[in-house]
Amino acid sequence: MRQKKSTEVTVGLFVLLGMGALFFLAMKVSNLSAFNDEQGYRVTAEFENIGGLKARSPVTLAGVRIGRVERIELDPETYNANVVLNLYASFDTLPTDTAASIYTAGLLGEQYVGLEAGAEEEFLKDGDVIELTQPALVLEQVIGQFLFSKAEGDE
Amino acid sequence: MGTIQRLGQWAIGTSERLGRGYLFLMAILAGIPGSLFRFSLVIQQIYSVGVLSVLLILISGLFVGMVLGLQGYNTLVDFGAEESLGVMVSLSLVRELGPVVSALLFAGRAGSALTAEIGLMKSTEQLSGMEMMAVDPIRRVITPRFLAGFISLPFLAAIFSAVGILGGYLVGYGLLGVDDGAFWTQMQTKTDWYDDILNGVIKSIVFGFVVTWIALFEGHDAIPTSEGVGRATTRTVVHSAFAILGLDFVLTALMFGDV
Repeated sequence: MRQKKSTEVTVGLFVLLGMGALFFLAMKVSNLSAFNDEQGYRVTAEFENIGGLKARSPVTLAGVRIGRVERIELDPETYNANVVLNLYASFDTLPTDTAASIYTAGLLGEQYVGLEAGAEEEFLKDGDVIELTQPALVLEQVIGQFLFSKAEGDE
Repeated sequence: MGTIQRLGQWAIGTSERLGRGYLFLMAILAGIPGSLFRFSLVIQQIYSVGVLSVLLILISGLFVGMVLGLQGYNTLVDFGAEESLGVMVSLSLVRELGPVVSALLFAGRAGSALTAEIGLMKSTEQLSGMEMMAVDPIRRVITPRFLAGFISLPFLAAIFSAVGILGGYLVGYGLLGVDDGAFWTQMQTKTDWYDDILNGVIKSIVFGFVVTWIALFEGHDAIPTSEGVGRATTRTVVHSAFAILGLDFVLTALMFGDV
């Protein structure tokens, strides 16, 4: 009987270990942890073009990560993209004239939202809108513009 | 004439074996409800099939993850994309290597042992002895082992993937100096719970089913001599490997083919 009990205990431990591994995969490796995000506040930024930005992309200020993109919606009236940013509650001292731009990490890297703090005395609150935005750089457009201006210059 | 006769013999023999395998599986499945009432037998088998494989899975998972980290880094660093190391390691482990390699190891470690055990029971006439005592050997011996393998492999595959990712992290962050945060955040943005992790779990469930079935059938169908049991054990490992790799292709085509 003693033998049997220790077998049962080790099997229990094995099942726990397996469940723990699945839990680790769910929480640490996959994006399932998005459902229980830490409490932050949300601000919206309207971009003309978001390039390859996705939900859960990082939001940084001076290179430091201060939140993530919660969701991206298309505004049916202005045809612009409304990007809802979820910022950590501890960074609640962003001036209202903070500017948001979409940058790419490295040449092939993922895209992220970079914030630049403004100079206003008032701070952004939950539900506010960031007015100053700069759309993502689309490489084809830049090359097209360059070729166009080059051709114009030659004439 | 002799060649044609041998071909016919082979074809008939193979079809017969397939048919016996199918009937054997049906008998196992019919025995499952009864086994659930005597779950202590299953637990005993989970111990010998699953728990004793954990160390092997842990060690191989760790090393596979570490090798993936090293090799992936060497390729990615040329493109300046070494931050994507986490994605590469996690996707290749969770989608492919976790289920497949742990199933192959499981076939070698537990499958062969199951075949040898059942084959030896048959050759020493323990199975017939049980039948003489009106104990159904399928329900008493085979079904608990089947359930145990079926339950154990998904857990083993999950452990393999988790340990492998930790191994990749150890090498990437500790040895090669990949950025800690980028490793995890890129992994989290690109790895999906349903598309990647659950599909990997489904794969390992299918492999667990097939590998234990093959192992038990080979043991049960073995020629009851020492040579026959030896051959059956070899066949278990070989056929399991074929089945795992072939099914992996089919499952991958079904799951990720239209992405």
